[in-house]
Amino acid sequence: MKFTSVFDIIGPVMIGPSSSHTAGAARIGRVARDLFGRQPKWVKIHLYGSFAETYRGHGTDVALVGGVLGYDTDDERIKTAFEEAEKAGLEFEFIPEQAAKEHPNTARLLMGDDSGEMSVEGISIGGGKIEISEVNGFKLRLTGGMPAILVVHQDRTGCIANVANCLAMHSVNIGHMEVSRIERGLTALMVIEVDQNIDERILEQLSYIPHITKVSKINN
Amino acid sequence: MDVLFQNVRELVALADKENKLISEIMIEQEMLISGRSRETIMEQMERNLVVMEEAVERGLKGVQSVTGLTGGDAVLIQNYIANGKSLSGELLLDAVSKAVATNEVNAAMGTICATPTAGSAGVVPGTLFAVQHKLNPTREQMIRYLFTSGAFGFVVANNASISGAAGGCQAEVGSAAAMAAAAIVEMAGGTPAQCAEGFAITLKNMLGLVCDPVAGLVEVPCVKRNAMGAANALVAADMALAGVTSRIPCDEVIGAMYRIGQAMSPNLKETARGGLAATPTGREIAQKIFGSAMPS
Repeated sequence: MKFTSVFDIIGPVMIGPSSSHTAGAARIGRVARDLFGRQPKWVKIHLYGSFAETYRGHGTDVALVGGVLGYDTDDERIKTAFEEAEKAGLEFEFIPEQAAKEHPNTARLLMGDDSGEMSVEGISIGGGKIEISEVNGFKLRLTGGMPAILVVHQDRTGCIANVANCLAMHSVNIGHMEVSRIERGLTALMVIEVDQNIDERILEQLSYIPHITKVSKINN
Repeated sequence: MDVLFQNVRELVALADKENKLISEIMIEQEMLISGRSRETIMEQMERNLVVMEEAVERGLKGVQSVTGLTGGDAVLIQNYIANGKSLSGELLLDAVSKAVATNEVNAAMGTICATPTAGSAGVVPGTLFAVQHKLNPTREQMIRYLFTSGAFGFVVANNASISGAAGGCQAEVGSAAAMAAAAIVEMAGGTPAQCAEGFAITLKNMLGLVCDPVAGLVEVPCVKRNAMGAANALVAADMALAGVTSRIPCDEVIGAMYRIGQAMSPNLKETARGGLAATPTGREIAQKIFGSAMPS
């Protein structure tokens, strides 16, 4: 079931004019920022399907930038997000694409700063609800509706057990978990949905585990 | 995930079996899924109700969108009602003006509550704040109105779509109007089965409605589609309360809506490439606002 709560239907409270193109876009931007772990210095936003055709009229552009600045769907500053981005030192660029994606409302964010880069692809499925469909080339399905931890790691024996152990030590319960890899023995990704918000301390401890390359989180 | 209902048939059967309102089933399901208390859930919905009230209030004072394409019509309609010469009836026009008010605020990038989407956010509150004067509901009944709407919207979202990009305007204003009809029926004292009839009758008359926003903006024709969605909801609710039933069951109407959405050309699904967006005037407006016509 894609929609689980009545508040997915009656809600969100948001700045207009479009739940999928404005509120959904803001949420994609915000989750991307959370996954990156800080405000990036620059972001290149590729837009597909209906997003590419109508992003200016729907305020998709200001909403995505507002999201990357950390704004919620009902934050009035979404309207002036371009000016706010300049103040905050965030460079942004929009690239409307012709290619067809599986879902008509897809955005792909490439972002980075002096310490790293990340790509996040999100889709807006209607009524302000979103799914994250790809992170750094890894296919996944993440709703952003539950707190989650993303762990990039080397595909080695014991890595997953070590991460699960660390979470267990902090009494964090795993609700759902997915592991994917590009090629055996190379880089892999764990997507772990958990029942409570994760604090920085746990994230830091996870990053000390051998063969772990990068850890990020989405809180709810 | 365990839910109490997956379609309208199950929803109505459960309400009948337990002798409960549709809104009550929705509240219980939300408690079950979220693990939160009834009180917390009711409070959250009341906050949404307050946002809706504020949006209507703001729209009735008169707003203008950045482009100037929409705004001020809610005021025109209210003034017309005050003259006492309305033909379609004061309650109906009141709902229309309040639906318009909400969507004018939305187009002006104001704060609204999506029901089920922002582009269709006028219908549910517009009808609620109009029937309010006739039915004199308690605050709790007004909050329940939103849960009843939500219960039907939940079924549509999971079995079809509430996205204009995926299913056209029928999925947005069509769903909103049908949700509102069901909620009006419950507030007026109709049975759960009558709620479903009101929903089905409304949605049947919204099938095939395309999403063709001029210049890609949620303004033309969205604001007036909300107006007609509200009118459609009120008339269908009255029909259901009168005992009229839909020959095609509610869930099958939702299924038809989904398949029509699948068959609809992408030009007519929120891409601003077809329908009203592609008319000479529609293109001219796009040119004026963005300096270039929308791609054809």
